[in-house]
Amino acid sequence: MKIFYFAWVREKVGVKEEELTPPIEVKDLNSLIEWLRGRSPEHAAALADTRIVRVAINQDYVAGNHPVGPKDEIAFFPPVTGGAL
Amino acid sequence: MIHIQREDFDVGAELKKLATDNPKIGGITSFVGLVRNRSETEAIQAMTLEHYPGMTEKALEEIEAEAHRRWPLEACLIIHRHGRLEVGDRIVLVATASQHREAAFESCHFLIDWLKTKAPFWKQEETLEGTRWVRSRAQDDAATARWIKEEPSS
Repeated sequence: MKIFYFAWVREKVGVKEEELTPPIEVKDLNSLIEWLRGRSPEHAAALADTRIVRVAINQDYVAGNHPVGPKDEIAFFPPVTGGAL
Repeated sequence: MIHIQREDFDVGAELKKLATDNPKIGGITSFVGLVRNRSETEAIQAMTLEHYPGMTEKALEEIEAEAHRRWPLEACLIIHRHGRLEVGDRIVLVATASQHREAAFESCHFLIDWLKTKAPFWKQEETLEGTRWVRSRAQDDAATARWIKEEPSS
């Protein structure tokens, strides 16, 4: 499973991306986030408040819980702030 | 047409290219976004735009396809820069071309509103106090929401 982090989520985790093999019990986003939080204090801090973190699975935004598999690309990031003001 | 790039762009050259070889185009609306010298509270020196390569292209292509579904467009162009940009630098160009002006005006406005809330870009501002990630603003969501309620007039 490929995990990407962007903006302040990336800064808090300390890495831009990681290739991970979560245990088989990790079948959805909620369990993945719980598992990631246990990897390091940095992961725990970055993913502490999921209300301010957005998620994309295979480059599509998802809301709420969602199944995840070993071949998925998962990204965690803040709400987007592109374009002009 | 979507371009995600570090380099600056030449607005005149891009608009000329957009209309080349399509005599049906009667008008082009363009929007150019620039780095402004102030945030809500303080002076900005520069900003860095981070994006999600791959997803950015995908998201912008979806937004462009949506504009084509809603309005009779002859051509459409979105150029979005990333990397470090200074005050006055161009960030984004949205240009829409159609036979009649309404479709070009409305779709250009639609695209820039949607792009702000859907495209995976994040801004980090540099101020005299240090760097800071820009928070998303509720009013951008409201600007996008207005396109959900409104039907295009064309």
